[in-house]
Amino acid sequence: MLLIPCPNCGPRDETEFHYGGQAHVAYPENPAELTDREWAEYLFYRDNTKGAFAERWLHSTGCRQWFNMLRDTVTYDIQAVYPMGQPRPDKENTATGTTAPTVTTPVSPEGAIK
Amino acid sequence: MTTEHLPEHPDFLWRNPDPKKSYDAVIVGGGGHGLATAYYLAKNHGMTNIAILEKGWLAGGNMARNTTIIRSNYLWDESAAIYEHALKLWEILPEELEYDFLFSQRGVMNLAHTLGDVRESVRRVGANKLNGVDAEWLDPQQVKELCPILNINDNIRYPVMGATYQPRAGIAKHDHVAWAFARKCDELGVDIIQNCEVTGFVKDGNKVVGVKTNRGTINTEKVGLCAAGHSSVLAEMAGFRLPIQSHPLQALVSELHEPVHPTVVMSNHVHVYVSQAHKGELVMGAGVDSYNGYGQRGSFHVIEHQMAAAVELFPIFARAHVLRTWGGIVDTTLDASPIVGTTPVENMFVNCGWGTGGFKGTPAAGLTFAHTIATGEPHKLNKPFALERFETGALIDEHGAAAVAH
Ligand SMILES: Cc1cc2nc3c(=O)[nH]c(=O)nc-3n(C[C@H](O)[C@H](O)[C@H](O)COP(=O)(O)OP(=O)(O)OC[C@H]3O[C@@H](n4cnc5c(N)ncnc54)[C@H](O)[C@@H]3O)c2cc1C
Ligand SMILES: [Zn+2]
Repeated sequence: MLLIPCPNCGPRDETEFHYGGQAHVAYPENPAELTDREWAEYLFYRDNTKGAFAERWLHSTGCRQWFNMLRDTVTYDIQAVYPMGQPRPDKENTATGTTAPTVTTPVSPEGAIK
Repeated sequence: MTTEHLPEHPDFLWRNPDPKKSYDAVIVGGGGHGLATAYYLAKNHGMTNIAILEKGWLAGGNMARNTTIIRSNYLWDESAAIYEHALKLWEILPEELEYDFLFSQRGVMNLAHTLGDVRESVRRVGANKLNGVDAEWLDPQQVKELCPILNINDNIRYPVMGATYQPRAGIAKHDHVAWAFARKCDELGVDIIQNCEVTGFVKDGNKVVGVKTNRGTINTEKVGLCAAGHSSVLAEMAGFRLPIQSHPLQALVSELHEPVHPTVVMSNHVHVYVSQAHKGELVMGAGVDSYNGYGQRGSFHVIEHQMAAAVELFPIFARAHVLRTWGGIVDTTLDASPIVGTTPVENMFVNCGWGTGGFKGTPAAGLTFAHTIATGEPHKLNKPFALERFETGALIDEHGAAAVAH
């Protein structure tokens, strides 16, 4: 079971949360102009990174707020939590998911973010 | 005890060759699908100068981690066709591979616990019959007759309202299936190369011409990806994307017990499926963990949830002890159907997306994927399962038949 540091409530059991998949996927600005390929990319294609992955979580039985989390998909180590709409803390450009993260919103040993 | 008393080491079932400089085709992944693909490439298409590259040990991925359920009672015509073809192959493979891998057609029951379940199940039974797949709808009393240890009373959270039943479905011993294919592949001349991790691809323009591995670069005319949970990682190395998310899927076994469970029982609604292995362990599978993961382990609450459901349905399991739990990494698609076909890279082919339920598909995946690799064109059974369906919208939604369960 993951111990997830909700930015509002502190560390809580994974069972209180709902997973939202890859973060930073914006709704297309002009959906009507997309090709079938681009629309398929938006609907069905998501990164499936092995390593540091930026993802969305909802604290559904707590504060009911969405937030982003940077988590290693191999070790399941939680590296940072940060508000939705903010860029990924571990890199200037959010293009690939392979470089080692430098955490700007550190997670304390207890997992609490204050 | 001295070494004199030790028995002779049994014969090895396959050689452990070093990789050659070049092959006509290279299969990435030594699970069931990679092995079956190589087998049919050699047997049906005469391609014997081929290799299977496996980063770990043979069948160390999902192949020997699954709960071995084999059935073909899927809803849509495309799925019924490929899974039923697989089931027919399972029925002849022990003889063809000259290996009794304990394929036991003890039937599979899919329980219904809600009115929605009942409607979906009855509809699926009808669809199955039209597709020549053996299927029956059982009322709770008939469920009880077939599996006396099941609790069909109203005193549980989700009482049993009936079940679909496929008598020809069942289980097999997964590691023996892998060894059976491996021995035949080896006999036909296929090189099975373990501890050989693919780390990249050599391309000439958009055409793949070689694979880079931790044991050197290997030239090849064709590459077939059978990497299950790691398919996205390999596709990324080759320069294309797949609509796959990798999730941990867990299972567990109890200690050995007297035979008490005559069939296979699955419940999508309460997230558990149970059979009893030949040796006597109760084998139970859980649902996937919600998060993406490559760690070959999942969260304990998923196991707890599954056990709670199992004990309600099978009160006599309350005193059984868990012996061990484990996880595998499953490659899920959004329509719960596999992807078998060509890729945007020339001479590279992909077989993936079998997710939580690809053990049963092993022979058909191998047969159709071998056809695709050898001829460059899909077999009629895997044509609907092309990558393009995510663009055309011709999805094959099997969530009703596949969802949690297998
Ligand atoms: C707990 C669990 C229960 C399941 N229960 C059932 C069930 O009851 N019925 C059913 O039909 N299905 C079931 N499945 C699903 C089934 O196991 C899979 O769909 C199927 O095994 C996938 O095909 P495979 O055997 O080829 O995969 P795998 O055995 O996972 O083979 C893929 C191989 O690729 C290798 N590989 C990965 N990357 C590289 C690389 N870079 N270089 C070289 N090799 C690489 C891996 O090491 C691995 O051995 C279950 C799965 C799990 C995890
Ligand atoms: Zn919260």
